[in-house]
Amino acid sequence: MMEWLNTIIQGVLLGGLYAMFAAGLALIFGVMRLVNIAHGDLIVLAAFVALVVVEALSVNPLTSLLVVVPLMAGLGYALQRLLLNRTLGDDLLPPLLVTFGLSVIIQNALLELFTADSRKLNAGQIEIASLHIGGGLAVGVLPLIQFALAVMVIAGLQWLFYRTALGRAFRATSDDQPVAQLMGLNNAHIFALAMALSLAVVAVAGVLLAVRANFDPSIGPARLIFGFEAVIIGGLGSMWGTLAGGVIIGVAQAVGAKLDPGWNLLAGHIAFLIVLALRPEGLFPKVQG
Amino acid sequence: MPDRLLEVRALDAHYGDFQALFDVSMTVAAGSVVAVIGANGAGKSTLLRCIAGAMPSRRDAIVFGGNPIGDQPAHRVVAAGIALVPEGRRLFPSLSVEENLLIGGQLRRPGPWTLARIYDLFPILAERRRQAAPSLSGGQQQMVAIGRALMSNPKLLLCDEISLGLAPIVVRDIYARLPAIVADGTALVIVEQDIVQALKVADHVYCLQEGRIALAGEAQTMTRERISAAYFGA
Repeated sequence: MMEWLNTIIQGVLLGGLYAMFAAGLALIFGVMRLVNIAHGDLIVLAAFVALVVVEALSVNPLTSLLVVVPLMAGLGYALQRLLLNRTLGDDLLPPLLVTFGLSVIIQNALLELFTADSRKLNAGQIEIASLHIGGGLAVGVLPLIQFALAVMVIAGLQWLFYRTALGRAFRATSDDQPVAQLMGLNNAHIFALAMALSLAVVAVAGVLLAVRANFDPSIGPARLIFGFEAVIIGGLGSMWGTLAGGVIIGVAQAVGAKLDPGWNLLAGHIAFLIVLALRPEGLFPKVQG
Repeated sequence: MPDRLLEVRALDAHYGDFQALFDVSMTVAAGSVVAVIGANGAGKSTLLRCIAGAMPSRRDAIVFGGNPIGDQPAHRVVAAGIALVPEGRRLFPSLSVEENLLIGGQLRRPGPWTLARIYDLFPILAERRRQAAPSLSGGQQQMVAIGRALMSNPKLLLCDEISLGLAPIVVRDIYARLPAIVADGTALVIVEQDIVQALKVADHVYCLQEGRIALAGEAQTMTRERISAAYFGA
């Protein structure tokens, strides 16, 4: 019994990471209907950027966020302004194709620069620290910090979307782009800000991923899938739905792995398919006015 | 005409191969009300969309306050002082009434219009400020659309078919507030199918027919016969 409880707790904590993969995806899809196929590779790129920063400045990976987050946000703004804005229009295909190409380019560039070796960021003593929560159960301090960071990021995005002028501009642009222009909002700039925000979240996710597990240039697409699944399970209604989606995938994977180590990923996909079959609009769908 | 706020000079507009406007010229004086009338598909909305920058046109085809703005995108045109109340209201459905108004004021152009003054003009909106925009009645939604445009403190307000789909009593109610807007020095261009309503408030009238100006003049000089000739090309 305690073993299962432990499995579920680990799954929930892992879900925080998936929720962050998903939040960045949901954000840009919500604002500009852009499906970013390169999202997973951008997470891995952030992990490698963190690797370089950690080695160059010899800082703790969590401290490296102070550099990696603004760097990735700046990259996001430029990427959107210079490239992705040109692909947006009535047709959904061009942004799909361009971000797919971007995904291939990022993977191969990372392979060229860093080889296919597995890397990992070392966060030091904190990695093996744990909290005893009674009944013989213990949770790692690092997974707890990661989950707390994920909740803070989601709460921050929720606040930004519904309580600030920028969030209002995001929602207005999402509702009706031509009229948003008539209100003086420059869509090109708003979209670029949304992508900057998305990649800031990606940066946090990438660093957490790099501390948690091994990474190499090829693991991006699988992160994209986890992110997609979390978004769809949660529904596009709220950022908290995304967190729920991430947690469901995390728990399903942990439970699957517990039953049979080979079922780890399969269990996550099955949970996704079950939700899709029963509630195709997701658990927290957007309320239509 | 004193103090030309807006000049449209030989404006042509196209949708693909289809030409919607031919050589349209008009002038709007500061603080005046101009009505643009005409049948369905005459090009009235296209004219407003060109002025507002929602459709690109020749740089010198639209001159605002002495500056050519024909090639400017919509968000720059708003910043210059032209706001459009779009046909069909087009409120942001996922925003509350107040958020819709605040979006209009996002540019912080200085001027007389604030949230409080919009609520003075349309008191019902103050009561409904927290509601989602689509939950309002058509007339109230139109008030939000007008308020939202005013929040940018425009020197020129373009109103596209603000009576469309509204009950006559509601239309009268909304038109009764227009003088309060003009009193603050904002010029108005009203596109309207309801000719009687339009002639009542306008100083100047332009009648469009199949993309061309068929009739132009002072509102008082307009007779039913002249308008119907311009309307139907009799």
